[in-house]
Amino acid sequence: MDNYLPILIVFTLATAYGLWYQRSRGQLKSKSSRAGKPALTASDIGQDLGSRVTLVQFSSAFCTPCRATRALLTDITTDLNDVVHVDIDAEKNLDLVRRLDVRSTPTTLVLNSAGIEVGRAVGAPKRADVMATLNGIK
Amino acid sequence: MSITNVLKFNSTEDVKLLDARGPRFGALLTTIVLAATLVTGSLPLLIWQLGVFALGAFAGPQATPYAWIYRKFVKPRLSGDIPTEDSRPPQFAQVVGFLFALTATLAQLLDSIAVFTVAVSFALAAAFLNAVFNFCLGCEMYLRIARIRSAISMRKTPEDSYNLPNL
Repeated sequence: MDNYLPILIVFTLATAYGLWYQRSRGQLKSKSSRAGKPALTASDIGQDLGSRVTLVQFSSAFCTPCRATRALLTDITTDLNDVVHVDIDAEKNLDLVRRLDVRSTPTTLVLNSAGIEVGRAVGAPKRADVMATLNGIK
Repeated sequence: MSITNVLKFNSTEDVKLLDARGPRFGALLTTIVLAATLVTGSLPLLIWQLGVFALGAFAGPQATPYAWIYRKFVKPRLSGDIPTEDSRPPQFAQVVGFLFALTATLAQLLDSIAVFTVAVSFALAAAFLNAVFNFCLGCEMYLRIARIRSAISMRKTPEDSYNLPNL
């Protein structure tokens, strides 16, 4: 006899997870910068931090939104000389990944001029959100 | 090699670009086949899907019969810009699907209904999430697997912790 219980459970749980996934991915959450330690230094990323903001993106090979995120952040930062975008291969830098507790790709950290993490987006962020966050950092 | 080259993600390497809607259409057909498999427990249906996953995993997502149906019947009816994606993320998903389908097939042959049900359920959930919510399995799973694998190998041989085997 056909059994419909497993499929009912799968579709219910998957839909609940899918709705949460769709809402949470790409959201740029700000973090309180007070009492923070620098998340990354110039020697961690192999180049100077941006004089105002550094956008540190963690990417991997099996990740479709990483390409879109890279294109968006490159596009935004080209015109801004005080904002730097760094794209890091997460798989080759697992020590950084662990230290910063990066769990999936793309994950983008927003660092202020002192290298303190003031925001983070898991998934591909939206242009307007990135612009608003950049404008809010002095 | 400078530290920057080691550190930075190499975006200039040759990647094969696909029409991103193809794998998503494939996920829709996979959802239907796996849903029918889960309800009926049909071994032929499961073996069909196992074969599709095998083609996607080893020959690439564009080599499956679902990709052929997409190119032949669906794509000609679509208009607008073609969203592209790297072929590696959907291929990774096909590998994961293949492993679950293989587990389910062996379980069915060995009369282990519980393992069959769980394995098909996971593959179905992933296909459904991909089709409906544009879920990126590689984004969510790959880094977690890499972290676990390096934690295990670091415990064994600390100095070799970065020489991870290829998946």
